[in-house]
Amino acid sequence: MSAATNETSLTGADIVLKALRDQGVEVIFGYPGGAVLPIYDALFQQNDIRHILVRHEQAALHAAEGYARSTGKVGVVLVTSGPGATNAVTGLADALMDSIPIVCLSGQVATHLIGNDAFQECDTTGITRPCTKHNYLVKDVNNLARTLHEAFYVAKNGRPGPVVIDIPKDVQFAEGSYRTPADSMPKSYRPQVKPDLNRVEEAVDLLAKAKRPIFYVGGGVINAGPVASQLLTQFVRMTGYPCTTTLMGLGAFPASDRQWLGMLGMHGTYEANLAMHGCDLMVCIGARFDDRVTGKVSEFSPNSVKIHVDIDPSSINKNVRVDVPIVGDAAHVLEDMIRIWKARGKQADKAALATWWEQIEFWRARDCLKYEKTSKVIKPQFALERLRAAISGRDDVYITTEVGQHQMWAAQFMPFDKPNHWMTSGGLGTMGYGLPAAIGAQVAHPDALCIDIAGEASIQMNIQEMSTALQYRLPVKVFILNNQYMGMVRQWQELLHGGRYSESYSEALPDFVKLADAFGGVGLRASKVDEVDDVIAEMIRVKRPVIVDMCVDQKENCFPMIPGGRAHNEMLLGPDEKVENATPEDGMVLV
Amino acid sequence: MTVRPASPAPTPAIERHTISILVDNEPGVLARVIGLFSGRGYNIESLTVAEVDRDATLSRITIVTSGTPMIIEQIKAQLGRLVPVHRVHDLTLEGPFVERETALVKVAGTGEKRVEALRLADVFKARVVDATITSFVFEVTGQGEELDRFIGLMSELGLVGVSRTGVVAMSRGPGGI
Repeated sequence: MSAATNETSLTGADIVLKALRDQGVEVIFGYPGGAVLPIYDALFQQNDIRHILVRHEQAALHAAEGYARSTGKVGVVLVTSGPGATNAVTGLADALMDSIPIVCLSGQVATHLIGNDAFQECDTTGITRPCTKHNYLVKDVNNLARTLHEAFYVAKNGRPGPVVIDIPKDVQFAEGSYRTPADSMPKSYRPQVKPDLNRVEEAVDLLAKAKRPIFYVGGGVINAGPVASQLLTQFVRMTGYPCTTTLMGLGAFPASDRQWLGMLGMHGTYEANLAMHGCDLMVCIGARFDDRVTGKVSEFSPNSVKIHVDIDPSSINKNVRVDVPIVGDAAHVLEDMIRIWKARGKQADKAALATWWEQIEFWRARDCLKYEKTSKVIKPQFALERLRAAISGRDDVYITTEVGQHQMWAAQFMPFDKPNHWMTSGGLGTMGYGLPAAIGAQVAHPDALCIDIAGEASIQMNIQEMSTALQYRLPVKVFILNNQYMGMVRQWQELLHGGRYSESYSEALPDFVKLADAFGGVGLRASKVDEVDDVIAEMIRVKRPVIVDMCVDQKENCFPMIPGGRAHNEMLLGPDEKVENATPEDGMVLV
Repeated sequence: MTVRPASPAPTPAIERHTISILVDNEPGVLARVIGLFSGRGYNIESLTVAEVDRDATLSRITIVTSGTPMIIEQIKAQLGRLVPVHRVHDLTLEGPFVERETALVKVAGTGEKRVEALRLADVFKARVVDATITSFVFEVTGQGEELDRFIGLMSELGLVGVSRTGVVAMSRGPGGI
């Protein structure tokens, strides 16, 4: 250890702060407790790093995710031992599923107490091992700086993810030596960033020959940085091919572009899903053939040649066999694809492409997102259309969501022309994600408009974070589509369980307007169609935290929908479609 | 849209693979590997681990697993992305390799059975590593099936207990791993 160390000795807590500064950290989200007091003390005595005090550790993780996803930086979290760490677990699992770079520091009881069932002790590294990309327990203060720097490297390189560093309290007090980031590279972890060019050439050849091609793009393109989205947009426009994005990929390709078919998957558009089903060449970039996307795997896009670009080799050939696997960073691969396409003078097959687009426009003409227009009740889609109109033309809008029907409607109706403006819990599906994530985005972009599109059930899972928003004067907007049901649960019960709405109706909801008031924010309600625009305008005008209680149609369901166990060409387009045979028996077991 | 007629998917054959992994010898690395297998529902037929390079603090884990070719490929990719993993080698795919296992087999008895146990031990090239008037501990090294046969025979002759190492393996020839 000696060669690379600095001469001066620091306490573990000071090493933590110094390492965070050297990593360029400006904000951390956390909650103090006995086992992290030395770090909180060091935090108190400096002004470089801002600490945001959340009201629950889960929210610290989601806020850090919102911060990370809206900036492209690593989100940093500080929690105490025991319950602090266990409360963080949901957020860690969420960040792992959605590939969000997070470094979470947790306090631990003193090293000599580990394993003794000490007060607020838990086996943090044991509990978080399966829900982190990597984790560490630092028992020697001289390893602390190296471990911290390595954690940042691991969190953001390759497929990003959460990393936990568990630091016993005696290590925070102990004096030791510091190391610089450059001096702290991990011994083994070197993800492949540049692709095998032979494979890229093969892919470009296939692209040029395709008659019915489609780009299928996921969050990996967003994780690869804004340049990857620019390159993708450039390449898709060069080819003239259609492009669909996953829930996580929204914003990677401009939603306003005619070549975009909308989101695909379970609640994706008719044209995106049928184009996926009917294509002869699929170029998957930074997506992982998730079950929400594929539907019935054995009937997924049966006649296509599949190219899969991913930085994580374990994502390739996991759910769906592909023909051309390309391991690499999306930006690098796209750069190579564009270069080779140009150098070889490749051209799309114009005639075939025209026929393909004609087919796609025929599907698009079904207008699958249409809903019943009525003045009797606020349709949730209508509320979102009015919100969309109110924010159109602004590029400083960050949308987060909770999980459920409102999330899918937000994905369908909100326009994303740029990456990093859309944050939703895609993989884990964590209710309670949206408000803390909006707080994290607002911390990173103080003057932006950060809106959590929520349901009245989800929002109650982390409603306490209104208090955080008030404390830091973060003018986040909570836009609740209140139908008094756990809407997605009710929708499934309606489709698959004979309309027996077991425990999906919320009686005794709080008065959200009064609740906003109690927290010190602004509460607004719309219960009639003609109140919607005024409420949205007021929500945007007020520079304070706002809760909007949008009282929407209680019975509205989210369409299109591919029922579990069905293929892309077996979508339900609306409530009038027959649901009796919606789901085969083997599909019933799928969530 | 045309729907492709449901082609009867042939059930892919289950293959047995021996995988050799070089990892940093650090706390939790074994838990990480085992957790990966249990968490994702992969099989472990045998797993051995020991430090093999003290200076570089590297350990070698040998895992015998089984699954369809797609699952085996997935297992290797999942192992490869663990941070402390340096290298993953599928010995089964990468050419000829040797595979050995050692067992300690305790047999108790007297008279004819005791003599027969000793005679069979000689046939299997098992060494006597402990002896009393009424018992032996044999050390036997070989392929798994060979050990199974020896232990099977001993069960007729007063088998008390068995301790086995699991498989260790190495590629043949001068190349590494």
